[in-house]
Amino acid sequence: MNGAPGGRTVFRPAAAARAVETAGAWLLGLLWVLPLAYAVWTAFHPAAYSTRFELGAPLTLQNFVNAWHAAPFARYFLNTMLLVTMVLAAQLVLGTLAAYALARFEFRGRDLVFGLVLLQLMVMPDVLIVENYRTMNALGLRDTIVAIGLPYFASAFGIFLLRQTFKTVPKELDDAARVEGASALQVLLKVYVPLARPVYLAYALVSVSYHWNNFLWPLIVTNSVETRPLTVGLQVFSSTDQGVDWSIITAATLMTSAPLLVGFLLFQRQFVQSFMRAGIR
Amino acid sequence: MHKTLAIASVALAFGTAQPAAAQKTTEINFYYPVAVGGPVTKTIDQMAADFSKENPDIKVNPIYSGTYQESIVKVLTATKSGKPPQLAVLLSTDMFSLIDEDAIVPIDDLAKSADDRKWLDGFYKAFMMNSRTGGKTWGVPFQRSTIVLYWNKDAFKEAGLDPEKGPATWDQMVEYARKLTKTDASGNVAQWGLKIPSSGFPYWLFQGLTTPNDALLMNEAGTETYFDKPAVVEALQYWVDLSAKHKVMPSGVIEWGTTPKDFFEKKAAMIWTTTGNLTNIRANATFPFGVAMLPAKKHPGSPTGGGNFYIFAKTTPAEQQAALRFVKWATAPQRAAQWSIATGYVAVTPAAWETPEMKKYAQDVPQATVARDQLQHSVAELSTHDNQRVTTALNNGLQAALTGSKPPAEALRDAQREAARILKDYK
Amino acid sequence: MTRVTPWLLLLPALALLAVFTHWPALATVWDSFLSTPKKGRPAHFIGAGNYQGMVEDEVFWQALTNNLVYAVGTIPLSIALAIAMALWVDSRLAGRAFLRLAYFTPTVLPMIAVANIWLFFYTPQYGLLEQITQAFGLASHNWLGDKRTVLGALIVVAVWKEAGFFMIFYLAALQQIPPQLAEAAALEGASRAQYFRRVLFPLLMPTTLFVLVNALINSVRMVDHLFVMTRGGPDNASMLLLYHIYQVGFSFWDTGYAAALTVVVLVALAAVAFVQLRVLDPRTHYR
Repeated sequence: MNGAPGGRTVFRPAAAARAVETAGAWLLGLLWVLPLAYAVWTAFHPAAYSTRFELGAPLTLQNFVNAWHAAPFARYFLNTMLLVTMVLAAQLVLGTLAAYALARFEFRGRDLVFGLVLLQLMVMPDVLIVENYRTMNALGLRDTIVAIGLPYFASAFGIFLLRQTFKTVPKELDDAARVEGASALQVLLKVYVPLARPVYLAYALVSVSYHWNNFLWPLIVTNSVETRPLTVGLQVFSSTDQGVDWSIITAATLMTSAPLLVGFLLFQRQFVQSFMRAGIR
Repeated sequence: MHKTLAIASVALAFGTAQPAAAQKTTEINFYYPVAVGGPVTKTIDQMAADFSKENPDIKVNPIYSGTYQESIVKVLTATKSGKPPQLAVLLSTDMFSLIDEDAIVPIDDLAKSADDRKWLDGFYKAFMMNSRTGGKTWGVPFQRSTIVLYWNKDAFKEAGLDPEKGPATWDQMVEYARKLTKTDASGNVAQWGLKIPSSGFPYWLFQGLTTPNDALLMNEAGTETYFDKPAVVEALQYWVDLSAKHKVMPSGVIEWGTTPKDFFEKKAAMIWTTTGNLTNIRANATFPFGVAMLPAKKHPGSPTGGGNFYIFAKTTPAEQQAALRFVKWATAPQRAAQWSIATGYVAVTPAAWETPEMKKYAQDVPQATVARDQLQHSVAELSTHDNQRVTTALNNGLQAALTGSKPPAEALRDAQREAARILKDYK
Repeated sequence: MTRVTPWLLLLPALALLAVFTHWPALATVWDSFLSTPKKGRPAHFIGAGNYQGMVEDEVFWQALTNNLVYAVGTIPLSIALAIAMALWVDSRLAGRAFLRLAYFTPTVLPMIAVANIWLFFYTPQYGLLEQITQAFGLASHNWLGDKRTVLGALIVVAVWKEAGFFMIFYLAALQQIPPQLAEAAALEGASRAQYFRRVLFPLLMPTTLFVLVNALINSVRMVDHLFVMTRGGPDNASMLLLYHIYQVGFSFWDTGYAAALTVVVLVALAAVAFVQLRVLDPRTHYR
């Protein structure tokens, strides 16, 4: 990485100040992982040790086994994967088409349309739960995975990002392709889409983690096990009237967060870099 | 010749296949709330499987739907969109709300034979109190409970109290709790004498104080509430004083979900919670414990609680009959006994208590009989029209008083005003 | 060809936006002027009836106040932490790969999952926080059961979840800043603090504004933790508007009033949008 713009190496603070700063950063880091570390401790030890931190305590995987059998998590996983895949695919296709239109075509009302699109950045489907629920009923789509994803298929954020990216593509490439007889759609596919790959990657990461973690709208729109995503399944599972068993709940919590966590651990470099290369500021 | 044989055998195959095909399976979706001691879905799934084995023409799909409060939301959401479940276990107090939404059918419309009548009459009267209105029966008791007091016998011994006797009166409860509250060197309380939870649905625990004080919170028709009567205010004052004056209970709102664990961790020597936690506490307490009826003021008493079976309208008559068959099967004495033993809920019929397993269980675990014996002093749980809203008003008032932001009289007066406003359209 | 194609390309996205954003927004406004349909009485026009009820509703005012306090509590703190984190992670600090991981991890976890962990954290007497404070000899406290501390406790959870996410945006922005600026400032005799205040922070302004809008929207949108930790209690001390809307709309089934409450939220979001379009956007430049 280039020299720290924060000026740390340039200004050379005194060694003591630097040590304090390092300590501060580390303390914050430790505080930040503490809840997760706590969850890991509780999940891997029997219930009796969930509040006692004795180093010699026996490890166990039984909590995960119990959690897995206590609710149909396999089905919840499947539902969530279907959901995020479906939403991402739709968002990419619709977003690309719309962004292309807004970036490269001159037509009357273009700014108005862009404004209407941007409206969704503020007024998200999450806020309009009462009305959207009614719409889903009218469409007869209640309690389906499509119903969870449908309000999100058109993503203002995606359109905004892609439009911005498409605008940076040099006109010459566009013209060159046209000269070779490509239609508008072919230009889109051959020229614009490949050049916007970092943005697609960044957007995909954001979209997947958003929809993996989405809770309120899926809670309202789903009722049965066949459609519930992991978040709703976890909440239904962990709200018991008979007293909470932390060991099982933390095991279930880790299970449901694990894919995203592992994905992030493996791809964190790409994650951060794609954000930066995409010029998202 | 071969062709004729072929045709004949095909016809035979179809002929014999016909009767089997004509026997269709009726499928019923069954929403159920609340965790059971042990793996949540296994016990109910087993029940559904056993039922389907004995009744191959009915398939029961159990669907776990969270807490009672979450389940009523899910059920009503499903009903309003035209696809209700056929059967659900919901709070007995949701009866009025379900009737108002035209969601359920009266059980007596389905259970018409003399045998059925006998079956309906076989439940404890206390449990039928939240199940009947307007001369009709709308719900069938299934997992019903009362509040009971659990006490740590070892802690009693340490504090110089008789470990075999729980507190019998309000004064005794305060006196015992005082002896049981222990502070450590830094001034923090290491063990509280008593914990009465107040999160989520404090109104239910509050009824454990108003009933012994001879106060009723609503009328039978569910159109009026009496939150600010003097006896009710007195009960709330007693509850507030436990932490404010006697310092035997922590101040602020006490979380329902963690109260049993507080008991296991010896952070509370006495707790109030549902008898449905009995199996959980038996499994996890590392010390001997006792179960007592709630302490008396003018007399002992507790609200009933828990869930009833409801059969839903807007389903086919075949589905409703199938649901009824499952309900009758699940509440048969044998099965009601098994359910009670597995969970700690009160077996809902006297007949269930007479079965050999139940008799043996009552001998091995005498704590289980306390809730049943409390039934004769029990009253209906708070239930009115627009129930969620009215109970929320009372819950808010109770939490306001317990956190010290309003004095009990004012908190209850505000709650009563709000409830009256909500109910005025139903008079 | 150039006339028809743009509209055709836009059609699917626009249609969905119309159905699930524009139409519901308008329908909500309309519904807020109707009564809730009850047994025997279909919905009918009652003008400002729902709004009047809202003004008289203590819970609404409590929720509105809570949202403001919640926003003021989470936004500056998470932004400040995000900047600090970005500066630390971007510099030659020892172990910065671990730090980046530590700061960002809360963001990838579902809020509903972390809420369970934090509920455990805050449990009185034997929760982790209690064990830590007791080790220091501090008094025991019921963080979630006390009206004075419950909102603060939730703010901590929100900041913990969000700061790492904003850090990424600042990291990206820091990469754009040439290191020569720091050298030039040092040559002119500026201190590090002065460099930050006069040079770095203004350069990060576009990011800050972007993050600010994001944080504002999140403070309205994110109520998942309430479902597990407090349900709005005790006595509405932690009630937030969106949770109240859920309660009124799906627990009480008072759809007219729920629509009126939603309109309030829409107005607030529209105000944020207006500020962003008119005030903030002209100051930001996009590549």
